[in-house]
Amino acid sequence: MYNETEIIKDTTELGPDGELVINMGPQHPATHGVLHLVVTLNGETIKKIEPHLGYIHRSIEKMCERLTYRQFIYVTSRMDYLSSHINNTACALLVEKGMQIEVPERAKVVRTILNELTRIASHELWIGAMAMDLGAFTPFFYAFREREMITDIMEDTCGARLTMNYIVPGGLMYDIHPAFQTNVKAFIKQFKEKVTEYEDLVTGNVIFQSRTKGVGVLTAEDAISYGCTGPVARASGVSCDMRKIAPYDAYDRVEFDEVIETDGDSFTRYLVRVKEMNQSIRIIEQLIDNIPEGEFVGKTKNVLKLAKGEFYQRVETARGELGVYIVSEGGTTPYRIKFRSPGFSNLSVLNHISKGSMIGDLMATMGTLDLVIPDIDR
Amino acid sequence: MTNEAIKEYITGHIPTASFDETGEWLNILVESKQLKSLATSLNGQPIQLDFLFCLTCVDYETHLTMVYHLTSSKDRTMNIVLKANVDRTTPEIETVCDIWRTAEFHEREVFEMFGVQFLNHPDLRKLILEEDFKGYPLRKDFEDPINMIKL
Repeated sequence: MYNETEIIKDTTELGPDGELVINMGPQHPATHGVLHLVVTLNGETIKKIEPHLGYIHRSIEKMCERLTYRQFIYVTSRMDYLSSHINNTACALLVEKGMQIEVPERAKVVRTILNELTRIASHELWIGAMAMDLGAFTPFFYAFREREMITDIMEDTCGARLTMNYIVPGGLMYDIHPAFQTNVKAFIKQFKEKVTEYEDLVTGNVIFQSRTKGVGVLTAEDAISYGCTGPVARASGVSCDMRKIAPYDAYDRVEFDEVIETDGDSFTRYLVRVKEMNQSIRIIEQLIDNIPEGEFVGKTKNVLKLAKGEFYQRVETARGELGVYIVSEGGTTPYRIKFRSPGFSNLSVLNHISKGSMIGDLMATMGTLDLVIPDIDR
Repeated sequence: MTNEAIKEYITGHIPTASFDETGEWLNILVESKQLKSLATSLNGQPIQLDFLFCLTCVDYETHLTMVYHLTSSKDRTMNIVLKANVDRTTPEIETVCDIWRTAEFHEREVFEMFGVQFLNHPDLRKLILEEDFKGYPLRKDFEDPINMIKL
């Protein structure tokens, strides 16, 4: 039906200088979601990357304008689905700030533990998926073995494994499962034993190191200018941990280090996330035996109304700084809501840091940016 | 740098700027034509607000308001909110993406959602919506009879 040259013409496009334009995604195994990148190549060298977004755009901001302050939290679980607890916390904190609701100590501590468990689960999934993108298949199973324990704890506590919706304005939806503390302690014990296993498997691996070291280098100035946050910016030496800058919940009473490295390449971004998991364990260990007794939710009115004005709440998700900006006209629904998602800003730097590198390195760069597409599209 | 010092600096630069301290952070409202020069000077010495962490727009039905949340990477506790009103029928404002490069994507989003034209933007195209999408979805008067958002 077609001869060979026609088929090549159909699938590729040669630009004026012999440039080759290829589409990566929206159905690509390594983008882990519907991200569409239009990559302009010269030989194997990347000249330009243009992200085309919107394949999973659900207009969450417009939807939230019609939802009450109790309802809109459930939508945010669907943004960064790997950090759904942290997204819920951001919204709950904002409503609490706007209405001056007192949150019981018990709820604060449980929220902090759950947020850190979520962060570990997210980083575990990332390590597995990222190593798989670079050709190492085994770490995926190792990482999911520990992640499974966290999702089981979440299922016991919240009834859901991914979109938790457990945090409400004022505290928690219901009290924790009786076996919560025992299960979390069992997880900590297993994690500490096994974390070295897949660290040995990946960190010291010659192939992994040569694929990631010196690839996708991001300088501190560029990280600031592009608004990068989270492990991506911290690997470039930019201090940006919201848990330190503006502590919320129980973060002001726990000791942990903000992991900062200065090399800024893909391998450093990997190291930062591994070290962050150990810091998360440190936070949970300090809190798990000290969950205060008492109420799990503060007293709130049935109908929540925010005062007229503007409110902004920042939290640290597994990917960086999530900002929730609400303009309130004094009603039961937000007048305008904006989610400043970490992935959106982190994606914008992709073109800058992969320009001039090989197409094979794009996987490593993109993988270590840890993009979650529903978080970018919203 | 304290809010008082920032206010003094901005009044010296733009005498007509108005301030609002009722919220959590200092709000500064300037005219849209003055925004670019103020933004340039805020990014430099002595204030060094080099981190634009949120850029968005709000539709107040009579006008649109551009909102820029700024902070300094040296001192993250110093946050200010810069605002500029733009006309709703022909919204136009100078781009800030040569000052903070993160603005490039954020401005493209505001462009498609609110229809604000960013002058001198290097690549002002739709980012999330389809190329042939009609209307500005985040404006208050936007109605879509097929994909209803109203409850």
